[in-house]
Amino acid sequence: MESFEVTRRQDGNVAILDIKGYLDAHTAPRLEKEIQSLVDENRYNIVVNFKDLVYISSAGLGVFMGFIENIRANHGDIKLTNMSPKIYRVFDLLGFPTLYDIFDDEQQAIKKFKVR
Amino acid sequence: MISNNIRYQLKIPGETDNLEIIRQFVSSIAEKVGFTADDINKIELAVDEACANVIKHAYTKESKGLIDIAIEIDYKKLVIFITDHGKGFDVHQILQKDVKEYLAELRVGGLGIYLMKALMDEVEFDSQPGVKTQVKMVKYFLKNGKLKTNSANES
Repeated sequence: MESFEVTRRQDGNVAILDIKGYLDAHTAPRLEKEIQSLVDENRYNIVVNFKDLVYISSAGLGVFMGFIENIRANHGDIKLTNMSPKIYRVFDLLGFPTLYDIFDDEQQAIKKFKVR
Repeated sequence: MISNNIRYQLKIPGETDNLEIIRQFVSSIAEKVGFTADDINKIELAVDEACANVIKHAYTKESKGLIDIAIEIDYKKLVIFITDHGKGFDVHQILQKDVKEYLAELRVGGLGIYLMKALMDEVEFDSQPGVKTQVKMVKYFLKNGKLKTNSANES
């Protein structure tokens, strides 16, 4: 059975979400809930690591769309890292690379937050 | 490649929990008839988007219904018909916006339709609100008259 998991880590003032499996209209609410928890705790520096994500549909991309305005208004950001070519292609098709910082490596994204 | 027309059909309750089964149904057929891994990914995602739209917009919590997914294959193409009997929509209004408008508004609602059009060779909508809505999507075996190669870099 296809599944989805989201787990949370912390590196200084940066929250890191590791997402794994299949992110679609059925599983997107779980990612939404996790990001909402971060926002509720006023944690606005967020890195999402896609290393173990094997599938994404627009419902998954929609989660980031739903939060980005509020998070940036609070001087934070959602930075995306470690996407496979298959996942990146979906983001690219929808023009997301112009809207979001996408990095090959998680440390690059964390560093961006720390030098600000 | 097969020479005779073949038809596969799946009727399934319109619930997000079933998107996984729908993807597996579609990708296994696309694989069976010889599409590249890249095209299988595209077909799978396009069908997911179409069905997620049906679940989200055509049916409500109170009035759930079936999604009918039919796949027809002939010597040159795979055609997918996704039919629902939900509330329908204004086809012209949906097709007017482009992806930049949706992104500018930070709205995701139309991104699924944009993706379907980007991933498939042809996409058509036919909606008779309250009666039947059908999305028809086509993927050809050949691209520019040549057999598609199984390249990971193919766009």
